[in-house]
Formats: sequence, structure tokens, C-alpha cells
Amino acid sequence: MSEETGQTTTKKRERPPPTKKVPMPEQDPILRGKNFQEVALGYTAEQAVEEANKCLHCRNPKCISGCPVEVDIKEFIELIREKKFMEAALKIKETNSLPAICGRVCPQETQCEAPCIYGIRNEPIAVGRLERFVADYARAHGEPLPKLPKKNGKKIAVIGSGPAGLTCAGDLIKLGYDVTIFEAFHKPGGVLIYGIPEFRLPKEIVTAEVEYLERIGVEIKYNHVIGKIRTVVELMNEDGYDAVFLGTGAGAPNFMRIPGMNLVTVFSANEFLTRVNLMKAYEFPKYDTPVRIGNRVAVIGGGNVAMDAARTSLRLGAEEVIIVYRRSRDELPARLEEVHHAEEEGVQFRLLTNPTEVIGNERGEVIGMQCIKMELGEPDDSGRARPIPIEGSEFIMDVDTVIVAIGNSPNPIIPQTTPGLEVTRWGTIVIDEETGMTTLPGVFAGGDIVTGAATVISAMGAGKRAARGIHKYIFDE
Amino acid sequence: MYKILFKQVLNPVTKMMVIDAPEIAKVCKPGQFVMIRVNETGERFPLTIGDFDREKGTITIVFQEVGKSTMLLGSLGKGDEILDFVGPLGKPSPTDKKYGTVVAIGGGCGSAIVFPVARAFKEAGNFLITINGARSMDLLLYRNEMEEISDETYETTDDGSCGVHGFVTTVLSDLISQGRQIDLVFAVGPVPMMKFVSKTTEAKKIPTLVSLNSIMVDGTGMCGACRVNVGGQMKFTCVDGPEFDGHQVDFDELMGRLNAYLEQEAISEKQWVEEHGGTA
Repeated sequence: MSEETGQTTTKKRERPPPTKKVPMPEQDPILRGKNFQEVALGYTAEQAVEEANKCLHCRNPKCISGCPVEVDIKEFIELIREKKFMEAALKIKETNSLPAICGRVCPQETQCEAPCIYGIRNEPIAVGRLERFVADYARAHGEPLPKLPKKNGKKIAVIGSGPAGLTCAGDLIKLGYDVTIFEAFHKPGGVLIYGIPEFRLPKEIVTAEVEYLERIGVEIKYNHVIGKIRTVVELMNEDGYDAVFLGTGAGAPNFMRIPGMNLVTVFSANEFLTRVNLMKAYEFPKYDTPVRIGNRVAVIGGGNVAMDAARTSLRLGAEEVIIVYRRSRDELPARLEEVHHAEEEGVQFRLLTNPTEVIGNERGEVIGMQCIKMELGEPDDSGRARPIPIEGSEFIMDVDTVIVAIGNSPNPIIPQTTPGLEVTRWGTIVIDEETGMTTLPGVFAGGDIVTGAATVISAMGAGKRAARGIHKYIFDE
Repeated sequence: MYKILFKQVLNPVTKMMVIDAPEIAKVCKPGQFVMIRVNETGERFPLTIGDFDREKGTITIVFQEVGKSTMLLGSLGKGDEILDFVGPLGKPSPTDKKYGTVVAIGGGCGSAIVFPVARAFKEAGNFLITINGARSMDLLLYRNEMEEISDETYETTDDGSCGVHGFVTTVLSDLISQGRQIDLVFAVGPVPMMKFVSKTTEAKKIPTLVSLNSIMVDGTGMCGACRVNVGGQMKFTCVDGPEFDGHQVDFDELMGRLNAYLEQEAISEKQWVEEHGGTA
């Protein structure tokens, strides 16, 4: 930092004003609030090259250390400058199996773009947008498959086809393993397919990235709920898998401990988003799964899932959608970009407010939600200011639908059916941080099942670490 | 894809299918269920496993055509395939225990579902009384099968066309007032039936299990669509159930939640009937 500051003072007069990222075209907020098409439209080749040309090509690039899956950012941006877009895509795919997804949903502002040297004075290089551009380019232009090593004769079972499982499977295939993914749902992707809405991550992109993995040899068995149809122990002892990776996520929804949570028009965000995204309820009755939305919707919570549920509600025709969050704007856990998008589309924010009861009619439908106003106190264990109810400040919010988006817990099916697997009191699986191995030899885990609900990219990083851990476990014995 | 190996129309509203699903057949237990999605535009819906054959690798499902999805499934025949068939899900029935005298009650389509559970109770050494109820004689299911496995069996019809004129609770109340020793009651059927069975046994504190039929989406515990109030606690039918203590279940709330999509269900069914001219 001190060197940089020194340079700044000496060269100050000659330097141009700080630059911004080449803007990415977006759908008009009013129009897009009515459709499920992608909001951000992506760079053109010219825009990508223009943005790539700003990269300083640092000798010791800091950006790479900010990427949980270690993408060689410097190299792929260099290839974009040379207009070698396909080569750029292959360069990324050496370490990241899902670039079209990462380029869209990673919080780059806290990862690769945060340490960008160019970003000290300017907006950082738009690494995410560039990654997205080359991945989309390669998909559209028929990317070639990479050369893979000879099969090493070892079989690995990956449980769950979310970001952690897909990454782990992709890395293991590239190391010569036979990999089978067991997925409980009828489609792959985990939260990428049932959780994140179409307008943020088109499902055809998830499908395409998974198909790429299948083309390089990953096998996926759908409709397989491990713990029910087969247990982890059976996979290893009877089915001949040399190691198992658990990437089953944190998919069990939390509800509030307040009256009215079982009312008919109270939904978990998981249910609401699964109906809309996975089951395509927004195309009912062409698709058979229905979804219910009222005119005035309260979404409880302030994370990305809450933003997704709120923006989805608007697109389904809700007249008013209100985010109800117990802390203030500064503590909203959602990405800034998502908060902006939600606001642009007309989502309202009721901050420092906490529901105390959901009120229903005789048919069990929501007719209101009692809330209490909050103020911020001293920081709590999580380091965030503790919200404290203001006595006597209760009021009734006029809503007819409530969506609960206050977080998820790990699904207990695997821990319950796997003797010897150590879990914490929160139900997360205990692992060796370095290798990803659980307390059961040969069984590895990563992603939300270990950390509790976190981000897509941290799950991918965990999948990558576990793939390395599995390789070491099998060949260093 | 999961192939339909056999199909039989059991009565005017109920069909039975045998599905090729060896992995599920290998491990499933009485009381568990499967989630089904018939085709690409289909919804996921739960059906209790009616029976299974581990050697042949088959699962039997019995279902009543009550709307679009069951009509769609019912329109398929031998040799056709079901796109998604997920299971076994939920907790098995506690059939591995000897209670003494078990009364197994099936109402309507529930008779087919109660059958394998009742058989397992019998095999565990219990004295088995079955009560098989339906609206009318032509809707009574599994009559011979029930007779075969039971130590005592009763039939009831709402219209009196067969057996006892009345409800399953008519017979159950009689048994109780006769002072018969009953150690467990197990009931499967429409929600009002399970509710009144539970009410009937509550005064005498006879342990009563009911198998709930909540609305489900995934069936693996990730959405809470199937949540029910059991003894003041929120439970997910798909992972904590589907069987619960009947004396603890808030049946009225369950009923309300089951009606959540009546409007959309009607739209979907109407569209199907218009396109396909009703059910076979």
C-alpha cells in the first residue's frame, strides 16, 4: 500500500480521473419486473476487450488469491485482450468447472475484485463480467473438450449435485477418477436450479455447464436420496466406491418461532422458489405445479434468498412486496447489487422491523402480520449490532402472503443414517479443514453441509479442496 | 424412467400399478412413500408405497383419481414409463414390535395403503383386527386380502350396501364399548376419518397412529410445504412422518393447508378433462 501511495503523489497531475467498469447492459427495470428473463445482458466482445485492456497485468497478481477456486485471472484476461476467447474459457475451466455460473452469482466485490490493484484508484477490473463473457462465448461457439488423463481405476461417489458436488466431481474427473453423482431431485444443480431464479441465472446455463461435466465423463443418478435408497456405508462397503464426498447442502428451511407460521399463505422461501424455479410454476397451467401469491407480500429476511423471493413475487404479479428485516440497511446480508436490483424493480424495505405474529382468517389465509420496531444495540457473537425490540412499538402490517427467508439448516438425512459421522450441535458435519475429510475415513464433505448456509463460490472452493483431499487420501496411503 | 409392468382398475375411482423400481423395492419398508413426476411438465406428488416385491424388484402403487396428476398417471398403461419415481421416503411404520392387539383401519383408497402395514403387524405376532370402510360396496378395496391376513375383519359402508352401515368409527366405538383390549390403532384414509378415529380412541387413551397426506413438493425435508402441527410443534410430514400420534395432530389446520390450491387444482383438472375428454 505504501508504495502505491508514493506513486500516486508523484504522478498525480498526469493521471486521468478514476475509471469505472465498462457498464454491462441490463433489461429496463420496469419491463424486467414483469418477466423471468435474465436482468443483466452480458458484455459484447468489444466491451469485453475494452474492459480487459485496462488490466495492469500485475507481476504478482492479487486478484487470484481472492478467488476461492483459484482461477488464473491474469492469464484469461490476457487471452481476452488477444481476442482468444475460446482459449480464455479453457484457461478458466482448468480450475473452475462452472464459470458461466460464477461469473453471474459470485460476490466478486468481496473476492477476486476486492484485492485488484487497479481497483485501488478506480473501479476494479470487472473480472466477473469477463468470466461470464468468455464462458457464454465458449458455450455458444462449441467449446472443445479438454484432454483427460488415463482412468486411474478408482470410483468416487459424490452426494448432491449443487455447486460443491459439481466442482468436486469436475476436479476428480480431471484427475482420472470414475465419478458418480447421486442427486435427490430430478434435475442437477442444487440451489443453482431450485433456488436462484431464472432472471439471475438462466436454467439453461446451469444445464449446459452440467452437460459439459457429463461430456467429460461425470455420471449423474437422479432421484437418489442417499440415506434412503442407499446409505453412505453401503456405497463404500457394497458398491465399491473408494471414497464419498458429501455435498448435500443446507436445505432445511428455518421458520420463526412465532404464532401463525403454519398458515396456508405462509411459505418458506425454499418452497416458494422451488415451485417457481424447479417446477416452473410461473408457467402454470402449462406446467402442473401451482404457486400462490397475493397482492401484498411480506418477505422476512435480508439475504440474497429474501431478495430472490421478493423479486420473484413481483414477477408473479404481486402489487406490493415488502422486505421485512430486523437490522438496518448496513447489515443487509444480501449483495449490494441484488438490493439495488430489487429496489429498482419496486421492492420496498421495512428495516429495523421484526414480525411477532402472523394473523390469519378462518380459512387459514394470512390477513396481516404483527411486527415490532427494533433498534440496534451492542454487537453480538456474530459481530453485528444486536437488534433490540422497542417496547410498545407493535403495529400490524397489511399483507396477505408471507415468505420466510431467515436461513436454512443442514438436511439431517445423511447424518442420521451414517453412524460415526460427527456433527456439530447445528447439524453441520465436522471436517478436517485441510483435506475436507470427516470423522469417517474415506468420507469427505464440503459446502453448506459443513459451514451452514453460505455462498455458491465458497461451496465450490470446498468441493475443490475435498477433491484434492480425496486424491491425497487414495494415492498417499 | 420407471416402467409400468402391470395395471389394474380396482374400482371406478381407483387404479393399481406395479412399477419396476428394484433399488427402492430392495430397501423400502411398510409406511414409506414415493414422490412421482409423470412427465416433463408434471408436478411432484406423494403416493404411499402400496406393496413391494424385493425379488421381482417392484413397487405397487394404488391411487384414486382426484385431479390432473392422478388422472394423467391413470391414463398410462402397461409398458408406459413414469419419468421420476423417488423413494423410499419418510419413516417406516413401527411394525417390528409386538403390541398385542392392533386395529388397522383403512378408509377408501387408504385400505390399500394400510394393507401392507397391517400385514407386517400380523407378521410381528400381533392379534390383528382390520376395519375396511368406503362410501359404498363397489369402492371397498382389498376385501379378500384383508380377510386373509386378519384375525378379525369388519367392513363398513356409508350407504349400508355392504357390511356395517356407517363409518369405520362405528365399528371402532363398538369394539371399545365392548371392552375389547386394543393396544394400538393405525388409521389411513381421508383427514376427517383419521380425525374421528383419533377422537374415538382419545378418551380411552388407546395409542393411535395416523398416516398424514400433506401437500408435498420435494418430499425430502427441504421446503416445509408438508408441515403439520403435532403436539404444538412444527413437524415436516415427509421426514418426521408420515405417521404421527393421532391425538397430537391438529387435523383442522391440516385440512386448511390441504385446501391451499383448490382454485389452481380445478383449473388444471378442467384443462385436462377438456383436452382428454375425462378419465378412462
